[in-house]
Amino acid sequence: MAVRTMIDSIRETLADEMRRDETIIVLGEDVGKKGGVFLATDGLYDEFGGDRVIDTPLTESMIIGASIGAAINGLRPVPEIQFADFIMPAFNQIVSEAARMRYRSNGAFSCPITIRAPYGGGVHGALYHSQSVEAFFSHVPGLKVVIPSTPHDARGLLRSSIRDEDPVLFFEHKKMYRSVRGDVPDSDYVVPLGSAKVTREGSQVTLVGYGLMAQYSLEAADILDSDGIRAEVVDVRCLRPLDTATILESVRKTGKCVVVYEDNRFGGYGAEIAAILAEEAFDYLDGPVVRVTGPDVPGVPYNHVLEDWFMPDPERIATAARRLAGY
Amino acid sequence: MATDAATTQLGADLGLTRADLIEMYRLIAITRAIDERMWILNRAGKIPFVISGQGHEGAQVGLAYSLRKGHDWMVPYYRSVASLITFGMHPREIMIAQFAKGVDPSSGGRQMPGHYGVKDRNILSVSSPVTTQVLHATGIALAAKLRKTDQVAITYTGEGSSNQGDFFEALNFAGIHKLPVVFVVENNGYAISVPMSMQSSVPDIAMRGEGFGMPGVIVDGADVLDCYRTGKEAIDRARRGDGPTLIEAKVTRMTAHSSDDQQTKYRTAEDLQAGQERDPLPRFREELRQAGVLDEATEAKLLAESKVVVEDATDWAESQSDPDPATAQRHVYADAPPARMDDPFWQTERFIGDGGPTSRGGAS
Repeated sequence: MAVRTMIDSIRETLADEMRRDETIIVLGEDVGKKGGVFLATDGLYDEFGGDRVIDTPLTESMIIGASIGAAINGLRPVPEIQFADFIMPAFNQIVSEAARMRYRSNGAFSCPITIRAPYGGGVHGALYHSQSVEAFFSHVPGLKVVIPSTPHDARGLLRSSIRDEDPVLFFEHKKMYRSVRGDVPDSDYVVPLGSAKVTREGSQVTLVGYGLMAQYSLEAADILDSDGIRAEVVDVRCLRPLDTATILESVRKTGKCVVVYEDNRFGGYGAEIAAILAEEAFDYLDGPVVRVTGPDVPGVPYNHVLEDWFMPDPERIATAARRLAGY
Repeated sequence: MATDAATTQLGADLGLTRADLIEMYRLIAITRAIDERMWILNRAGKIPFVISGQGHEGAQVGLAYSLRKGHDWMVPYYRSVASLITFGMHPREIMIAQFAKGVDPSSGGRQMPGHYGVKDRNILSVSSPVTTQVLHATGIALAAKLRKTDQVAITYTGEGSSNQGDFFEALNFAGIHKLPVVFVVENNGYAISVPMSMQSSVPDIAMRGEGFGMPGVIVDGADVLDCYRTGKEAIDRARRGDGPTLIEAKVTRMTAHSSDDQQTKYRTAEDLQAGQERDPLPRFREELRQAGVLDEATEAKLLAESKVVVEDATDWAESQSDPDPATAQRHVYADAPPARMDDPFWQTERFIGDGGPTSRGGAS
């Protein structure tokens, strides 16, 4: 057991997996000698060489399209999109191709690739270095979408993603890369895809979040605790497949739920959770399902006052939960 | 008339035997017969959609003939029937895709006709967004290079597709890494209705190769033997590790874009007539006749065989069962959805299935 940051955990897991399986390659912009703009691939080029750690041109569609082809012919690519904001040129390759390859070939072809991309705001990244893009991809059958919130889960989920036979989008909140530390076992453990986790037990209200918002929900639970409100926190961890059972179990117990996501409110991923709760837990709810989200503006603005205005934080989550608890 | 001495020479400089020449002719003729049958089936109301490769067959057979079947990779597009038959797809497998029956090896009836793919022959599944496959071929070639498999990937697009960004990104990456891939553009002059002059400021796609550090070769798609030579040179070059080649085959689209298109709306009678005159099939037939390769008996035998093959493929395909709707949820993911794997379908099925929730349950 050792204490690791998120970025250390991700980097070490990539290296471990590449040692374990020589068909794994990493490709993306600046992933080679530079080791990635966030240093997620630092050291891989020195250890595994330019054949397996490939600096690409600035061509996101190519990064994913070539990864699909390489996967078809026996490799297990782990492409990096430098910022989730820049994944859009590859949207067609991900949604029309990677997601549908298995279905459209009636199970003949598969596409085992893990697309890593840093996402999220709170780091002065402005409109184009802060986006949350998980809703676009979680909508698509054939894709799996993973967002860890601890170094432990980052490691276990990245292992599961790389070893999975289907395309996985692995989104890493860039604000957490170095700000979050935690114990990471040395063992070859995995966290299965499709398993949420109750990260704090409570009885009066459930806070559901993922990524940075899972961390903020824990901080909000601390605030609520001082008010005498016992909040339970569920870390979604894997957006698709979604572990509805764990969320439903929690909400059926507490009767109240705040869904937290950093993305724009309208049509965001948490709206699906709210819909599932409406369908599956209606008889257990003692109040409306409430969302704490980013506002519906086209991006996270740059100035720190404006950015703070955009970002959900523990206080906002606590405020919403407090109000709901009193409903 | 050619002399006997000359007849033994046709294709000899390319390493082709008489049997090869007859086989190439057979592949073109059979593909044409299958294609013509598709249109008849469409007009008879038996299949809703046809997308055709008539006029492209000579280039397709010539370019693909020197590939190593079951070893190399073919990443086709929707007009690739002749390429696919050359690379090992059976006419039954082509025809069943038109009927979209359950045992269709391309997609089990999930995709429109024209979207072929057979894993055990290294033929990658086709999609409808054009040009995406050019990047897949590039990735396949990257894997072939890194894994040292000695494989070559060949991929095909129309000239319309060659304007998509994926085309340029693929050529760029393949050029940088000298990947064993052959890019074929089958230029029939039209992107559905848009003529070449509105697609490109220069008349030839091939010249783009130079910008990506690879040869760009133009070949007359009706000249089957020149297509063979061009294809073989590119494939050999790729296999040697010398990198990719861009081949532009000038072909003619002898049918409308698809069964849902009426090309007289945007093509003149003269243009259509000129297009028919560039048909590779009679040209190659005449070439083989002149060389004494194709005699009347052989022609008659091939014609009879072609009829049998098309009849067999059609009858067999039509008689197969439709896919079972119960299978339509399969192959979304590798694993069947486990109990905790949530998919909206599983969430709503029980409500839809019994007409909606009828009582308040659970909490009481």
